Amino acid sequence: MTERGRSVWAEAGRRIVQNRMALLGAVMLAVIALACLLGPVVLDLDPHLTRPELRNRPPSADAWFGTDTLGRDLFARVLVGGRASLLVGIVATLVSVVVGVAVGMVAGFYGGKTDEILMRLVDFLYGLPYMFLVILVMLLFSETARGEMFPVFVALGLVQWLTMARIVRGQVLALRRREFVLAAELLGASDARVLFRHVLPNIAGVVIVYATLMVPSVIILESFLSFLGLGVALSWGQLVSEGVAVVNPVHSYWWLLFWPSLFLGLTLLSLNFLGDGLRDALDPKARE
Amino acid sequence: MGLSEILGVLLGLGVLAGTTFLPKRAIRPLAAVLVAGLAFVALRITASVLVAAVVALALAALAFRFLPIVALRRVVFLAPALVVLVYATALLMYAAPGNPFANERVAAPEVEAALRAQYGVPESATEFFFIYVRRLVAEGTLGPSIKVQGRMVEDLLGPAFPVSLSLGLFALILAVCFGLVLGVVAGLKKNSVADHASMALALVGISLPNFVIGAGLIILFALWLGVLPVAGWGGYAHLVMPAVALALPNAAVIARLARSGTVEVMQQDYIRAARAKGLPESWVVGKHALRGAVIPVVSFLGPAAAATMTGSFVVEVLFGVPGMGQWFVKGAVNRDYSVVLGTAIVYFALIIAFNLLVDLAYAWLDPRIADEREASE
Repeated sequence: MTERGRSVWAEAGRRIVQNRMALLGAVMLAVIALACLLGPVVLDLDPHLTRPELRNRPPSADAWFGTDTLGRDLFARVLVGGRASLLVGIVATLVSVVVGVAVGMVAGFYGGKTDEILMRLVDFLYGLPYMFLVILVMLLFSETARGEMFPVFVALGLVQWLTMARIVRGQVLALRRREFVLAAELLGASDARVLFRHVLPNIAGVVIVYATLMVPSVIILESFLSFLGLGVALSWGQLVSEGVAVVNPVHSYWWLLFWPSLFLGLTLLSLNFLGDGLRDALDPKARE
Repeated sequence: MGLSEILGVLLGLGVLAGTTFLPKRAIRPLAAVLVAGLAFVALRITASVLVAAVVALALAALAFRFLPIVALRRVVFLAPALVVLVYATALLMYAAPGNPFANERVAAPEVEAALRAQYGVPESATEFFFIYVRRLVAEGTLGPSIKVQGRMVEDLLGPAFPVSLSLGLFALILAVCFGLVLGVVAGLKKNSVADHASMALALVGISLPNFVIGAGLIILFALWLGVLPVAGWGGYAHLVMPAVALALPNAAVIARLARSGTVEVMQQDYIRAARAKGLPESWVVGKHALRGAVIPVVSFLGPAAAATMTGSFVVEVLFGVPGMGQWFVKGAVNRDYSVVLGTAIVYFALIIAFNLLVDLAYAWLDPRIADEREASE
């Protein structure tokens, strides 16, 4: 009787389902994402409708999360703001994955001086206070695309690829010496073919893991930008900073800070749970 | 941004990459010259030419004689990098829509031209860069602020610098202490309750932006308990909350690094040997395990310092701390070119100094690393 071999991916899938925290993260993330995506449509919520007679109301049956200083429904705003935060997180991560994987593959595959130069630059950029660069890049769009998402994709994508480039380079460096890569080269495969057919599929797992872990840090950076008044017009970061702005000793509009912080925190936590779980499943060597 | 300016940046990056291939013999003298230059320019802002020159030469001699090659290589790379970064910052500022004189009620172009001449802000970013650098080297000034009438940039940053520096250093020390303790405890008692609790705490630290942590601290300690001031700057009480808010995200990363470092080192043969020869456990941990935990943390300190500065932009605004981050943000939004360039120079100089310290600490903790690099060259 022969046992069927299981693929790396099937094995990883089995491991991730067994990891309770990762599963919890995935479920929580799916619930939040679905709520943000469908909630405002299904419940017919308008995040921009101002009702001056209902300013700063605490949560009630009418407005579940309360209302803000302009009488807007906070529940609607949190759900719609979540769309922007999640989208920024995903798209900026994709941008940085493309850049990081490209740089990392070239550096690791060609090695030598190419590698040395690229990694020097990566090391150097890694040590900079990247918010500096992000703010300057955001200013470029301050008139043409204020409050929109595109500048955030560019600015955050530009600074986030460094970790990915380092990790991919390390992986490719190791793969470079493996027999199947040498065999492909000896058979006359072009560099592009070796890279895309043989190297890329073997680093996909690691890339997925670190991309998952990158999404939360991108969302945090966007919230920094929102806090400084440079981010997306309606995102969780923006809502949290509106909540922070009304923290004072005289009156307490706690819901304005609590709900967006809760959604932001839960999302980041689930992404980190999921990322850690994926790392254990797909990159067992990284596990202590 | 014109073609020639992009070429200028590329040329700068080329020089940076080229420093990688300098022969080893050239590194030491070149680094000494660069240290002298950097120190002279930095000291010139606050001291007389003579004092600056003497101290700069002394520092260069010390660097030539005592710094390990790893640190010298870093100087040779970072000094031209500083120039490239300042140039790139000037280009980005100029490329952003608007200019510092856009809001003035001056319709006449002659008036704007006169203002531009007065502040040394010509129409071209490259010219601006050269005027700025020449002024910095020859006159030892970061130039007049364009938006804050009648003030020089060094007068604005002078009081802000110690504020940001003390906040940042305190936050870093806090992050390292807290992260190390958490990480080492977790690593020594792997898979225990303490381990899971510390790592859960670390995950929360990573998962909340520092201004949310800061707002939580304000509500708890300033509004409910009333034991700390809400915001502002003055005594030690004002330092606590911003520093904690700034430290926690870094502490979380450090805790994770320290944990995996500890776990790894505890599996080494020499730990078993130390135990086998009957050393007390506290000695084994204190003497051997701690080193394994500290080394990955030290190599993270460079990026951690950068992250602390990045975070302090936000934390300074939240707590009303009169530091350099506020000036940078204000300057960037108001297009106060000289303030932005001034803060950029000070931040990058700080990063260079800090990285040198980290290199020294690293070489001291793990001499193999300094030797290995030296031997391989």
